[in-house]
Amino acid sequence: MPRSLRKGPYVYYKLQRKVDDLNESNSKKVVKTWSRDSIITPDFVGHTFAVHNGRQFIPVYVSENMVGHKLGEFAPTRTFSGHAKSKVDKRTRRA
Amino acid sequence: MPRIAGVDVPEHKRGEIALTEIFGVGRSRAQEILERADVDKNDEPRKWSDTETREVRRLVEEEYVVEGQLRTEVQMNIKRLKDIGCYRGQRHRKGLPVRGQRTQTNARTRKGKRKTVAGKKTAPRK
Repeated sequence: MPRSLRKGPYVYYKLQRKVDDLNESNSKKVVKTWSRDSIITPDFVGHTFAVHNGRQFIPVYVSENMVGHKLGEFAPTRTFSGHAKSKVDKRTRRA
Repeated sequence: MPRIAGVDVPEHKRGEIALTEIFGVGRSRAQEILERADVDKNDEPRKWSDTETREVRRLVEEEYVVEGQLRTEVQMNIKRLKDIGCYRGQRHRKGLPVRGQRTQTNARTRKGKRKTVAGKKTAPRK
């Protein structure tokens, strides 16, 4: 079920404050954040966020089409680098 | 067979069913169209009068996004997800299920035919 419209989009208040500060001073600084569940609002566009993925911060440059998604969608939490090659040699396997 | 939106609509099926042959028209939309065109939803397309056929065609082609246009729209949406590099886009890119389904088993619709991996352990037989 989607969030009630009455409440408006969720943005962590501290994050919102930092973005407001940046917009006011017209500066571009990377904002470090753990708040993966914050929704990207139009005033985030053009800023770079360092979104925590549980281990490190992933830089996310916010473009216009990202509005409405959540920050966490751009910082993958899992690393998967293909399946391991079989350790068993073909000759030994049939033994 | 009447051609509507570039597809042949079967004339021997009930109108409500026949219209679902069009990509982008399902049961509920078919009923809605026929109601708006003032055609009985049980009447087969061969029984439609010329004016009725014309009205149905006009509604389908002008008031709804169907067929090629709809396909393009869907593709554009997927492309957007891929371009912004979000989680859903990455799942589309890898051809894996997008909505959080399990992938240890099943998920064959997205992954396609099974590709057997040599040397993969199977459950021991008794």
